[in-house]
Amino acid sequence: MNIINRHILIETVERLCIEANYQIEQDVLDALNESQNKELSPIGQDVLSQIIQNDIIAINDSKPMCQDTGIVVVFLEIGNLISLNFDIYDAVNEGVRNAYQNGYLRKSVVKHPFNRENTKDNTPAIIHIKLTMGDNLKITVAPKGAGSENMSLVKMLTPAEGYEGVKKLVLNTIFNAKGKPCPPIILGLGIGGNLEKAALLAKEALMRPIKDKSEDEIARKLEDELLDEINRLGIGPMGYGGTQTALAVKVNVFPCHIASLPVAINIQCHASRHKTIIL
Amino acid sequence: MKITTPLTEETINKLNYGEKVLITGTIYTARDAAHKRLVNLIVNNESLPFDIKNQIIYYVGPTPAKPNEVIGSAGPTTSYRMDVYTPLLLENGLKGMIGKGERTDQVIEAIKKYKAVYFGAVGGAAALIAKSIKKCELIAYPDLGAEAIYKLVVEDFPVVVINDCYGNDLITENIKKYANGGKNNE
Ligand code: SF4
Repeated sequence: MNIINRHILIETVERLCIEANYQIEQDVLDALNESQNKELSPIGQDVLSQIIQNDIIAINDSKPMCQDTGIVVVFLEIGNLISLNFDIYDAVNEGVRNAYQNGYLRKSVVKHPFNRENTKDNTPAIIHIKLTMGDNLKITVAPKGAGSENMSLVKMLTPAEGYEGVKKLVLNTIFNAKGKPCPPIILGLGIGGNLEKAALLAKEALMRPIKDKSEDEIARKLEDELLDEINRLGIGPMGYGGTQTALAVKVNVFPCHIASLPVAINIQCHASRHKTIIL
Repeated sequence: MKITTPLTEETINKLNYGEKVLITGTIYTARDAAHKRLVNLIVNNESLPFDIKNQIIYYVGPTPAKPNEVIGSAGPTTSYRMDVYTPLLLENGLKGMIGKGERTDQVIEAIKKYKAVYFGAVGGAAALIAKSIKKCELIAYPDLGAEAIYKLVVEDFPVVVINDCYGNDLITENIKKYANGGKNNE
């Protein structure tokens, strides 16, 4: 039995929110450096060099890499041998509240989609819980900005549209988004399941390390082909034209209904922020 | 190219799409909610909280400043959400905008008609851009928090010209140029 202390959980969530916003992951920084070497457009190279400089300043000066410090997405994987004698949703939100106050992060959440009054503490977080076996509590904190989230979508295709239909939808979506999601982007695709499962698969795909490949053969082929084709659209860094539009494409698949082909496209900007810890 | 604010006709005429520019001088912040208020004031013939003639508006909602900082992280927000308000501001003398992403045809038209310029900054380069901001003063709408209007004094603020006063659009031109992996170039 692993008994989780409420204060430790709150402090952990607070720390992960702040670290995610201040410190870009090394794999993303490496990918940005690589793309700077590959970029053909001089403006594109310049944009990438500003992004890389920015991410290093953010680490050195302990400040947010982007002013949109996002709405916080939290994934919790809770083992069956974990004991929690408190309200976990409440505790996570307390961690978020502390982080956005103490870490000088921007509060970007409104109470109601129509009234749009700011909650002033960036809560509530969007919390996804999965039950697992064992005595681990795995926490992933992923603040997500609106620029790239606003260009994302879920679409129910017909099975007849198939593989090529998915590619067409993705390429159209990315082309129409152009510079709005702050390219170079990372693309998370969730294919299969149903409406909400596809969306969650796409978000989970964005949590994968930048270099890993899907274990599913068809998904892996789709990842490679789409990365190549997206980078031929000409959008480039910040949409100012160029060859480096996406750093990676991540495809997660799941079984689905005989009559459905759900596709979720979740776009992640270059400020890809997520931190994971196991308690 | 280095330029200073307020923008003169001579400066604007020299700015061609694709030009890298460093801006020094005073600029004003405003995003969705502040734009809505500014446009309402103009429609009702009331005076604005600052004179927009020949000025630049920067679309930004910064993070809170730490105790020893002028401003927090302060990168551009996506410009298309301001598109519905922009032509009226240009008609009333605004000359420059800094944001990210492309504008609608109506805005590009208005930029040409009223001889203005739209600059792109690098989205997400918020910590880097903050280094070029030397002063920050709240001038209107404190109730809007990060969306309030601030007067900023900037030094060598890095941008690129996206839409110039001749009706050109960097985004359309350059995406064509680099489509198919830049092979259309060769
Ligand atoms: S899309 Fe990402 S990098 Fe761009 S402004 Fe939003 S959070 Fe920042």
